[in-house]
Amino acid sequence: MNFKLKIWRQKNSTDKGRFVEYLVKNISPDASFLEMLDVLNVELTRRGEEPVAFDHDCREGICGSCGIMINGRAHGPGHGAATCELRMRAFQDNETIVAEPWRAKPFPVLRDLVVDRSSFDRIMVAGGYISAKTGGVPDGNAIPISKPIADQAMDAAACIGCGACVAACPNSSAMLFVAAKVSHLALLPQGQPERKSRVERMVAQMDAEGFGNCSNNYACEAECPKEISVSNIARMNTEYILAKIR
Amino acid sequence: MKLNSKIPDGPIEKKWDNHRFNLKLVNPANKRKYTIIVVGTGLAGASAAASLGELGYNVLSFSYHESPRRAHSIAAQGGINAPKNYSNDGDSIWRLFYDTVKGGDYRAREANVYRLAQVSGSIIDQCVAQGVPFARDYAGYLDNRSFGGAQVSRTFYARGQTGQQLLLGAYSALCRQMDVGKVKFFARREMLDVVVIDGQARGVICRNLVTGAIEPYVGDAVVLATGGYGNVFYLSTNAKASNATAIWRAYKRGAAFGNPCYTQIHPTCIPQSGEYQSKLTLMSESLRNDGRIWVPKKKGDTRKPEDIPESERDYYLERIYPAFGNLVPRDVASRAAKRMCDDGYGVGSTGRAVYLDFGAAIKRLGKNVIEERYGNLFDMYHEISAEDPYRTPMRIYPAVHYTMGGLWVDYNLMSSIPGMYVVGEANFSDHGANRLGASALMQGLADGYFVLPYTIGDYLATSKFKQVSAEEASFKETQREVGHYVKKMVSINGKKSAEEFHRELGKIMWDNVGMGRNKAGLKKALAKIPKLREEFWSNLKIVGTASELNMELEKAGRVADFLELGELLAYDALHREESCGGHFREEHQTEEGEAKRNDAKFSYVAAWEYAGANKAPILNKEQLKFEYVKPSQRSYK
Amino acid sequence: MSLTGLFLCTFLAEHLAGNLLLFVNDGGEMYEKYSEFLVSNPVIRTIEIVLFASIIWHALSGFVVWLQNRRARPVKYEEYRLGDNTELASRMTMLSGSVIFFFLVIHLGSFFVPLRVTGSDVGAYHLVQEKFSSLWFSGFYVLALLLLAYHLRHGFQSAFQTLGLRGKGYDSILSAIAFIFWFVIPLGFASIPVYFYFFRRASGAAFTLGLL
Repeated sequence: MNFKLKIWRQKNSTDKGRFVEYLVKNISPDASFLEMLDVLNVELTRRGEEPVAFDHDCREGICGSCGIMINGRAHGPGHGAATCELRMRAFQDNETIVAEPWRAKPFPVLRDLVVDRSSFDRIMVAGGYISAKTGGVPDGNAIPISKPIADQAMDAAACIGCGACVAACPNSSAMLFVAAKVSHLALLPQGQPERKSRVERMVAQMDAEGFGNCSNNYACEAECPKEISVSNIARMNTEYILAKIR
Repeated sequence: MKLNSKIPDGPIEKKWDNHRFNLKLVNPANKRKYTIIVVGTGLAGASAAASLGELGYNVLSFSYHESPRRAHSIAAQGGINAPKNYSNDGDSIWRLFYDTVKGGDYRAREANVYRLAQVSGSIIDQCVAQGVPFARDYAGYLDNRSFGGAQVSRTFYARGQTGQQLLLGAYSALCRQMDVGKVKFFARREMLDVVVIDGQARGVICRNLVTGAIEPYVGDAVVLATGGYGNVFYLSTNAKASNATAIWRAYKRGAAFGNPCYTQIHPTCIPQSGEYQSKLTLMSESLRNDGRIWVPKKKGDTRKPEDIPESERDYYLERIYPAFGNLVPRDVASRAAKRMCDDGYGVGSTGRAVYLDFGAAIKRLGKNVIEERYGNLFDMYHEISAEDPYRTPMRIYPAVHYTMGGLWVDYNLMSSIPGMYVVGEANFSDHGANRLGASALMQGLADGYFVLPYTIGDYLATSKFKQVSAEEASFKETQREVGHYVKKMVSINGKKSAEEFHRELGKIMWDNVGMGRNKAGLKKALAKIPKLREEFWSNLKIVGTASELNMELEKAGRVADFLELGELLAYDALHREESCGGHFREEHQTEEGEAKRNDAKFSYVAAWEYAGANKAPILNKEQLKFEYVKPSQRSYK
Repeated sequence: MSLTGLFLCTFLAEHLAGNLLLFVNDGGEMYEKYSEFLVSNPVIRTIEIVLFASIIWHALSGFVVWLQNRRARPVKYEEYRLGDNTELASRMTMLSGSVIFFFLVIHLGSFFVPLRVTGSDVGAYHLVQEKFSSLWFSGFYVLALLLLAYHLRHGFQSAFQTLGLRGKGYDSILSAIAFIFWFVIPLGFASIPVYFYFFRRASGAAFTLGLL
C-alpha cells in the first residue's frame, strides 16, 4: 500500500513547527502504524533528513508510550486500541494521513510527535497512592474484597496513562485519567483512610497543570485504548463533592 | 577477579534470617546523609527506590522513559508466584524453591532461590496493601491459578495485566516518596557510564535525552535495575527501547557478567510477517492445551491451510513425542518448530512459522468452549494478522523473551564493583538456566522490596566514603569520555541507520546463537559480529546532532553495546559445552533430542570479566553446590 | 453549572405548567388570573431573584469554563474528528446556550418587562396573542426552543454526571426523566407560538405590525 503522510515536524519545544508531506510506498497492510513510520525513518535517514521522532516502547498496547493524533482521532481510527496496535489495513490505499502530536497546554511538544506528559506524573505524586509501608502490612487475604468491587477497581486500574483522553477531549480535560485512579483506590478498602485528601489533592494538581474542564462529551471514553468508562468520572465527582462537604 | 558469593552459613531455611541479623544497620538519623542512585524504574527499580526512600535514604531515580510507569515490566501478562498455599494443594516455600531450582536446570544458587521463595509471600501482601486489584474469588479472597506447567495453583494475577498492575503499585509507592521529597525522579535520562572512585561505585553519567547534555550524578551507592538484553536478537517480545547499555557499561568498568548465554525462548508468539516488523507479540502458552501444531508434509507447500487434506499434514510434535505431543516443554516445542522451518516446511509468507490448529478442538468441544477459553487471544491474533483463527489455523513461531543471564551479584545483590548493586532481570541471580512462568515479577519485587533495602545498609554502614563531588577528576574524566563517545557516533556520517545494523545483528544472533546452537554456528557468529561492529563504527548514519532530542542517536548507542554483548553471548555459549535450560547445544543432547547437562564440568556460574577492547574476556567460575535439590536429568516420559 | 442548570430545569417545568393555561378556551381568563398571581405574590418575587441569579451564574460560569477550555489547547488540531465520537448536542452547548441567552433577553423584554416592570395596557393573554401573531417572532421562538432541546439533551444528564449521580443503576429512569426535560418540555413550549400563530392570531393589522 502507498500513503501520503502529512506529519507535524517541530525541532524542539520553542520551534513553531509545521506540517511536512512525505510519500511512503510498498507498505504491508499488516504493518502497524509505527512500523510504517519506522520504514519512513530509515528512508529519511538514508536521504540525510531528520527522522520523525515519536514515543513508543512495548508496541503491544500496554506501556502507554505511544500516542499520535491520526486523521483527527486519538490513536487513529477504531476503538479500544493504542497507536501501536493500529494496522495499516485500517486505511485506504493512497490515502492522505495526517499525524499530529497530542495537543494540550499541559502536554508541551518536545519534538515532532513527542510530547511531555510529566503533568500526569505530578498528578499521581499528589496523592495517587496508598501510603502502605513496605513490610508493615497484613496478609493479603486479611482484607477480603467482594468480587464485583475488585472487578470494578480493576476496570478503573486498567488505565495506561497514554493521554488519549486529554488529546481527544475538546477541552483537553484530564478527568478520565484522574478519575480512573481516584475510582480505583476509592473503591478498595485499602484506599479508604486517604480517600478524602487524595481526591482533593489530585484534582487541585490537575487544575494547576492547566487541563480543561469536563463538559461531559465522553470523547475520552470513546478513544480510551483501555475503554475506561466515564462512570469513573461520575464517581470522582461524588468523591470530590463529599470531600468538600465533610 | 575473585568472586565471593557471600552465601551465609547454616541450614538453608535459616540463612536469610541469620544473615539479616548479621547485617550492619545504618542509624536512622544517618540515613539521610546517604544518597543512592537507582537506574531504571521497572518492578525492581521502582520498588527498590521507593523502599530505600521510605527508609530515609536520599534516592535519585533515573529512567530513559518520560515516566517511571512506562518500564517494560508492564507487559507481563500471566501472573506472579507465591507459595501462599491459599489453594490448599500442598504448596510451600520448599516446593517453590524446589521447582525453581529444578526448572532452572540446576544452574542457580540454592541460597538465593530459597530466599526468593521465602519473601515471595510478603510481596503479595505488600501489593494488596498498595491497592493492586488482584483477581478475587466469590468469597472476596485472592484467586490463584496454575501457570506454566506448575502442579500447584500459586499464581496470583490481575486479569491479563499483572505486570502492569504490579508496576503501578510500585510506581505509586515511588510517587509517595517523590511526594515527600525522598526520591527525586529524573525522566528521559539514559545512563551511559558508571563512575568508580577508589574501587567504589560513586555515581553515574547520564545523557539528558531532551537536551543532549551529559550530566554527572554523585551518590554513595549505585543500583542498576535496567532489565534484560533480549533485544540483542532484534526481534523479541521485549519493548523497543529495552537495552543492555547500563549493564554493559558497568561490565566494561569491572562488573562481571554472569551466564550471558542463558536466554529464554517462548514457543507461541505471532510470527514475523515481513522485514518491516519491529517486534514479536507473545500469546499465552495455554493455547497449546487445545491447539494442534502441524506443518505440510510437502516442502514449500503454498496452499491455504484449509485446502491441505489431513493426510498431507505432519503433526510433528505428536509424531516425535507421542507421550507429550503438543504439550512438550517450551524449549522442546521451540526447537522443533525451528527445525521444521530450517528444513523447508515452514509456512506463511516468510516460511518461518508453523500452524497451531484449533479445527479439531472446535469440532470436539464446540466454538463456544474455545471462545470462552481463548477468546481474548484469538481477538488479539485477529487484530494483528487479520485472520480469523476460528476458521484458519494460527501461525506461530518462537521468540526470545527473557534473559536469565546478567551482571553477576553476590548474595547481597552486589556486583563485583563494590557499591554497585544489580536487581531484577539485569542480574543473573535466581533463575539459573531457565526461568519458570510467573517468576520474573516475583524476583524483581523480591529484590527491590525485601532484599536490597537490607543488604545495601550493611555496605553503607561498613564502608568508608571519601567526600566526592561532580567536580572530582574521575567524574570529569568519565563525563568527557562519554561526551566524546556520543560525538564520535554522530560524526561517522556513513550510510546505514542504526536500525539496519540492529536487524543484521539480530539475524546473526538468531540464526547462530538462537534456539539451537552448535560450534560451527557459534564460530560463524563470532567471526561475523566483530565485522559488523567494525562496519557500524565506519558506516553508521545518524542525522541530527548530539545536543537535541535525537532518537536515532539513542538507538545507535544501544545497538553499539548490543554489538559487543552479542559477541560475549556467543563466546559464553561456545564455551559451555553442555545443554541446560535456555542454552541448547546441538552437540549435547540425548537420543530423544533432550538437553544433556554436564554437571561434572559445568556446574558453575560463568562470570565474565572485561579484559579490554578486542581482548578475549576472562572467565571466572563460581562453583554451584546443590545440597538440598539433587540434580537429575529432565524427562517427559 | 449543574446545580443552576437543574434549578433552571425545575423552573421550566413550572413555567410550562402555568403556560398550558393559555390553551384553556376561555378567552384568557384563567391565564390572566395566573399572571396576576405571579406578579403580586411575594414568594414568587423572591424566587424570581434566585432565578435571575441562577441564569446569570449559569451563563457566566459557562462562559468561564468555555474560556478555560479554549486556553487548555492553545494550538488547535489540523484535523479533528470530534464528531466521530461525540453527540452533536454535547458539542454545541456553547452555541445553544448563547442563542438561548439572547432569546431570554428578547423573551423578558417582550413579556416580563411590560407585565411586571413598565406595565402593559393589554392583559397578559392578549400580549401573548399579539406577539405570537408575528411569523418572525413565533419562528424565532420555535428555533430557540429547538436549541433549548439540544441544550437540555446534553445538559440534563450532564448535570447528573457532574454531581456523580450517574452510573449507579438507575440510569434508565434518569434517561426517561431526561427525555421529559429535553423533549417533552421544549415541545410543550414550542406548541404555544405554533398554536397562537395558527389558531389564535390577533387581527390582520396586528399580524403585519407585530414584527416584534
